[in-house]
Order: sequence, then structure tokens, then C-alpha cells
Amino acid sequence: MGMKTFDQLDETLHFEELPNGLKVYVLEKKGFNKTYATFTTHYGSVDNHFKPLGKDENVKVPDGIAHFLEHKLFEKEHGDVFQDFSKQGASANAFTTFNRTAYLFSTTGDVKKNLTTLIDFVQEPYFTEKTVEKEKGIIGQEIRMYDDNPDWRVYFGLIENMYHHHPVKIDIAGTEKSIAKITKDDLYECYETFYHPSNMILFIVGPVDAKDILNFVKDNQSQKTFKEKEHIERFFDDEPQTVAKSKKVIEMTVQTPKCYMGYKEATPNRQGKELMKHELSVNLLLEMMFGKSSPNYEALYEEGLIDQTFSFDYTEENGFGFSMLGGDTGSPDEFVERISSMVESFKQQPIVEDSFDRARKKKIGAFLRSLNSPEFIANQFTRYAFNEMDLFDVIPVFESLTVHDVEDVLQNHFKKEAMTVCQVQKKKS
Amino acid sequence: MGKLGCRHNERGTYSMGIVNHKQTNLHGMTVHTIETKKYKTTSFILQVKEPINEKNVTKRALLAYVLQSGTKDFPSSKELRSALDDLYGATLNADLSKKGENQVISIRMEVANEKFLSNSEPVLDKAFHLLSQVLLAPAVEGGVFKEGIVKKEKRSLKQQIESIYDDKMRYANKRLLEEMYDTEPYRLNVYGNGDEVDSITSKELYEYYQEVIRTDKIDLYVVGDISTDEMVDKVSKHFRFSKDRKEDDTKAVNAADEKRITEVKEIFEEQDVQQGKLHMGYRTYTTYADEDYFALQVFNGIFGGFSHSKLFMNVREKESLAYYAASRFESHKGAVFVMSGIETANYEKAVKIIKEQHEEMKKGNITDSEFEQTKAMINNQVLETIDHPIGLSEVLYHNVVAGTNRSIEEWMEGIKKVTKDDVVAVAKKVTLDTIFFLKGAGTNGNENV
Repeated sequence: MGMKTFDQLDETLHFEELPNGLKVYVLEKKGFNKTYATFTTHYGSVDNHFKPLGKDENVKVPDGIAHFLEHKLFEKEHGDVFQDFSKQGASANAFTTFNRTAYLFSTTGDVKKNLTTLIDFVQEPYFTEKTVEKEKGIIGQEIRMYDDNPDWRVYFGLIENMYHHHPVKIDIAGTEKSIAKITKDDLYECYETFYHPSNMILFIVGPVDAKDILNFVKDNQSQKTFKEKEHIERFFDDEPQTVAKSKKVIEMTVQTPKCYMGYKEATPNRQGKELMKHELSVNLLLEMMFGKSSPNYEALYEEGLIDQTFSFDYTEENGFGFSMLGGDTGSPDEFVERISSMVESFKQQPIVEDSFDRARKKKIGAFLRSLNSPEFIANQFTRYAFNEMDLFDVIPVFESLTVHDVEDVLQNHFKKEAMTVCQVQKKKS
Repeated sequence: MGKLGCRHNERGTYSMGIVNHKQTNLHGMTVHTIETKKYKTTSFILQVKEPINEKNVTKRALLAYVLQSGTKDFPSSKELRSALDDLYGATLNADLSKKGENQVISIRMEVANEKFLSNSEPVLDKAFHLLSQVLLAPAVEGGVFKEGIVKKEKRSLKQQIESIYDDKMRYANKRLLEEMYDTEPYRLNVYGNGDEVDSITSKELYEYYQEVIRTDKIDLYVVGDISTDEMVDKVSKHFRFSKDRKEDDTKAVNAADEKRITEVKEIFEEQDVQQGKLHMGYRTYTTYADEDYFALQVFNGIFGGFSHSKLFMNVREKESLAYYAASRFESHKGAVFVMSGIETANYEKAVKIIKEQHEEMKKGNITDSEFEQTKAMINNQVLETIDHPIGLSEVLYHNVVAGTNRSIEEWMEGIKKVTKDDVVAVAKKVTLDTIFFLKGAGTNGNENV
């Protein structure tokens, strides 16, 4: 059993890797009512080409299968696991991202009972042809809901523009057509490969006794048998550094156009501290260039090119990475022109130490604020851990950043040829 | 459980155990302090309340955004934001909400607790000052709000109102309220009317602002590792209202005599969307202050509040008609709203199933497990909500809006005492008023290069 204390943050993290490879983390939060637990597999929508556990041939599976599997895992022979949680005073949920599928609950009641339900339902799949067919209607409506959502469309359209081959460009839920092909055997094949305990993290945060919880989980796992852990082989085609498409316009029934622009990262293969440093540097730079206290933000707002919906972010995982900026705008083309020229002129001037310090303070404050949220801690810790990073390094890494780091990403990430644009425009009748 | 504190003079301690909540009246503003070591930040929440009305609704929305865009000392958004960044990224935002027939401006600020910062800067006092300036010392020029700020915020507000149309769920909800409450103030959108924005002048807005700080009910919540005495001192030091401030009591909304329904209104609209949006509005004749409010909570939970609810189980799980089918309710207007995203062709079927679920509840067809699960979930929900500083302040603010004095323990006790018969009685009061359906034509979102 391991323990790490973060004095500055007044937090202690307990952890252990079990014999079957499962990594378990417990963070005690005194004074909170709620306990929040996530059970996450390092498997998401991009993992569509792999070698199934114990087989020799690679397979390519239908788009949207990781998300479909997430829905179906809740259904058991005795009924719906959602009901079991709610009988035990807990609310359960799940989500699928590009790289992860997470199952979770929160409760102010019996933690151990709900923890057992969480671990057991994820580790005991039950798929039948009948229940798989039934789900297609529900997910079909989920897909349509997203299809009608202009914010989702502009965000996803931008990612589609960036990538030639990488499956990050495929919608997480797939399409009505692609999910129609999914069978129960497909689900079992993905499940067997990616839901091995050694590919998963269990994170519990709340007013609990960490040692007691760790022993409880250990006990649960020691009663089950799993196959030997194996390295999972995932395949990705080579992705060029260029963007696949530099501009796309989607017509929808909207009144205000939306515009996102993005820069594709040329070398998205960092892990560990290097990745954290890079991610935080780009985000810090974005804050300096376009944060609410920047001259650029003021100018864009003044010119009526942005409103409260304007936001930006940089994210990188193994194999893909991009920054994006955008929101609602009356003049999408002018927006693109102004942002690009602001980026270019930022490159021409030396970085101002003052604005670097201010942006860093702001980022540190925002991080502290996030630590009020058990959801943030569990979800982000898991994401970081899958990329060999430690969430609790964020403040020291921020403090170690220099103007030089920011200068470096400014010159290397924000390249004209790596830029792409996606707009949602008002449909012409 | 219950009240341990006593009330003397101007200060009262209400609930103990779960939340240590104290109230102090200062210069006509109520200061609520919640001492807790749970958080790494200190949160301030200012709530400024007035009955929503046609005359001021748009002005008030604009005012919220103008206030967060500059102060006397930091007369532009950029300067104000820089000052906040220097306070270790303190956040400041103003927003609007409708609580019953009130339009509430919420100004929220959150600062890092000094003890977690490497160089222990004294951010709390500065934060207090800044917050007071946002409310009481705005950026003024020639005796009115700075023209530049007003102009920018008008444009932004207009865009914000327009964008409701782009989010079809929000749009359908807005249309439902307009139809259902066509002659009541509750029909008004909290962001106002897009076509009124342009004509508002800085002078008019400033005059309205003066009226707001003179007569609106103002509550300040401070949540964090604080001491009440210190906070009260700081409020006295920084918040100075004019001497003629007097809350206008006559403004308080009386629980209106809700309309009786003779016929269900059915409204259809068509747009080029892939999924139809079904929204249904019910009147309940019960609000926060009422005895049967707790039974209404349980009713809503069984009907459509959770993933074990009748709507989710029947519309989604049994019939695969939808991805979401849920109900929510508004505590101060006493309304229940159902929403679901469905295939346009399934309209009749979905409405029939939803109506049947309500009928089942009127007949008392509620299983023990539905009933117990719902109560456990509501309990869980309130405890989770108060883990978050804003959630906590919102739970406490219900009392201000409703004119009640219910502790969180009393609230939970109230839920516990509800019987199935109580739920059936409420189900019989709940009446469908209006159905709004946004039909889809199905070709939304074609791509062009």
C-alpha cells in the first residue's frame, strides 16, 4: 500500500496496484457528504483497430462500439444496474471519451455496497442479441440529439478537418448506420480485450477511511479470477502533420453563426512530465494571448467578433493533440482573420514577463478551485495517470514553467499550415 | 438535528450539524456566513432579487453584464480582469435566473484560500473590496454608465438571446413557457427581449441601477474557511449603501392564484431539425412554502426525476423512443416540466405514455421500491448539492425567495415523512396545461466546403 502527501494542498493519496494489475487510488475528503467513485478503462472511441486478447488476427470494429458497450454494460440478466444503485441511494452514470470509458457513482450513503455494485457490474458483462437490438433505438436518438446541436457539430467538425486517418475524427457515438452493424459478439471481443483489470483504474474520493476501502477492494478482487495480463496491441495509421481540410462550413437552423479554429499539434507523442509541461505551456500561452484580461480579448469583444461563449483549450493524448478557439460570432470569416493575425503578431514580439506571471497565477487559482470538486479530481487524475502523469504535479509544474517554454510552443505549435476552421452558418432557405 | 442556535437581535444561527449557517443584517443587506474547512477557496455569492416584470426585464439582464464589466477603480473589462488574475485567478461572474416570478441577479466571486498559496498573499480583503465595488461603485462617466461598456454588453446580450434559438432544447422550453403562461409574468425570458435591447440608454440603465441598489432585496453568502465576526467587519467596512436604502416590501410576490385548467393547449411548430423536441408543462398548485411541497418533490422524483423514474423506464427503456425523457420542477412557481427528444412520427405514442404514467400515479400505482428509491435519491441529491459552495448557497436561498426558515435537516425530515397517500394527493392536483412540440423536418446540418 502506498501513500503520497501533498503538503501544500493538504491532501493525502493512498494507492495500490493489485496482483491482477488493477490500480486503486483513494483520496480522503473530510467534511464532504459525498463519496464519488470512478472505474475507468483505458479504452475509448479511438481504439477501433487492435489485436483481440488471445487471438492472432487484428480486427477493425464498427464506429461507436466503445460507447455502445458502455450503454450495454448496465444491462444484466436481472435488469438494469441503474436501479440497483438507486435502490442503494446512489446515482450512477458513465461516459466515453476518445481514450477512456468511465463508470461512476456518487452517494452519501453506503459506500461499500455501491462500490461492490460498481466493480461487479463492470466485471460481469451480459450481452444478448435482443438487448443489443433494443439499444440501437436509444443510441440512435442520442446521435440525432447531437446532430442537432450546433456547438457539438462545430467542435467535431473541426477535429474532422484536422485528421486524415486518426480515428479521433470519428464521432464517439458512431452513426446510426455504423451502430446497426454491432453484434453481441463484437461487444464481447472488445470487452475481453480492454476490460482486463490491468488496463483499468479505480478511484474513490470522499469522506472514507482509505485503508479500509483499499482492503475492501482487494478482498473483492481476490475472489475473482482473470486471465493473465497481456500487452494490448492497438494500431493506428501514420498521420501526416498537415491538416486534412483547411475549412468546412455546416449549414444549420441557427440564428448566430459559430466558428472554431484550431491548430493541429505536429508531434503528439509526449507522455509523463513532458506532456504535462507541454499541455500547461500551451494553455498558459492561450490565456496570455486570448484570456479575458488580454488586449486581444478586449479588442475582439469591442469589435463584436466574440461574446461570452468564446473559449479556448489545448488537449493532447498519445497520437493526437490540438488547440481550439471559438464560440458564437456574427462574422465568422473576420473572426478567423483577426485571430490568425493576432497569433502572428504575438510571434513577432517578446513575451511580457508581467502577463506571463499573471496568467500563471490565474491558472494556479483555477486549479485550486477545481480541487473543490471530487468529480474533477477523480476524472482528471485518471486521465493523467493513463498518460503517465500525476494530477498533483500540476502546481509545481506550473511554477517551474519559464517564459522560454511558452516562447517555444508559440513558435512550434501555432503554425499557419497547421490551422483549420469550422463554421456553422445559418441555413439559407 | 434541527435548530441548536438561538436567535438574538439581528443575528441567528439556524442549522447545526450539517451546515453552520449564520445570518446578520447589515445596512439592509443580509449577510449569510457558512464556516467550513471543506474547500480550498472562499466563495462569495450576491443575490439581488426583484419580481420579474415586462418593464424592467431586459434592462435588468443588461445591468448584470454591465456590472461585471468594470468598476470605478478598474473602469474596463480588461483592467477588472487583470485585477482578478492578480488575486490568484479569482473568478467573477454575473448571471441571471428566474426563481418563481422573481428575476435574480447573481454575482459570484471565488478566491483561493491564502493558506494554499506558496507566498501567502492577503487576497481575501482585496477580494471583498473588489466585490463591493462591482455592486456599489460601477464604471461611470458623466453621471451614467460608461457608454463603451453599455454598447458592448448590449451587443453581447442580443447575441445571447438569439442563441437560445440555436439550442433546440432551450428554444422549445422557452416557447412552452410563452404559451403556457401567456398572460403571466412567468412567461418572460430571464435574458429579456432581443428587440428591446437597442433602445436602452446608459442614462436609463443607470437610473434603474440606482433603484435596484436602493430597493431590491440583497443577500450575500460567504462560504469557506472564514470567521463570521471577521466577515461582518469586512462587510461593514466595504459595503456602504446610501442612507435612503429601504427594501421595497410591497414588491414581494404573493403565491399567485394559479390558473385552473379547462383544456390542454397543444402547440406545434416545425423546424429543420433531426429530432423532435417534446415539452409538456403542468401546474401543481404547490410551492416551496407549502405543506405538501415535500410530497411534490417525491412525486416529481417518481414521475421523471431519476433514471428509475416512470418516464425513463417507460419512454426510454421499455419503448426505446428516446435517449432522454425526464421531468423537473420549479419550486417557487409550482410547475412540473417534462421533456423528451423523439422521432417526430412518435409524437402521439410518446404523449400517450407520458400521460399514462401520470394517471398511474393518481391511481396510486407506485411500487414500494419506486417510492423508497426516490426518497433515498432526493436525500442523496440534497446532501451532494450542499457539498458545493454555490449549491449550498442556492439551497439556503430558497428560504429567502419563499419567505420561509427551513433548515436543511428540516427539509430532509420533511421528505422522510412523506407517505404514498401524500404523493397520490399531489398527483391529483398536478394538471397538464400545455404541450409544445417542435417537429423535425430532418435535413439539418448538411456540410458544404
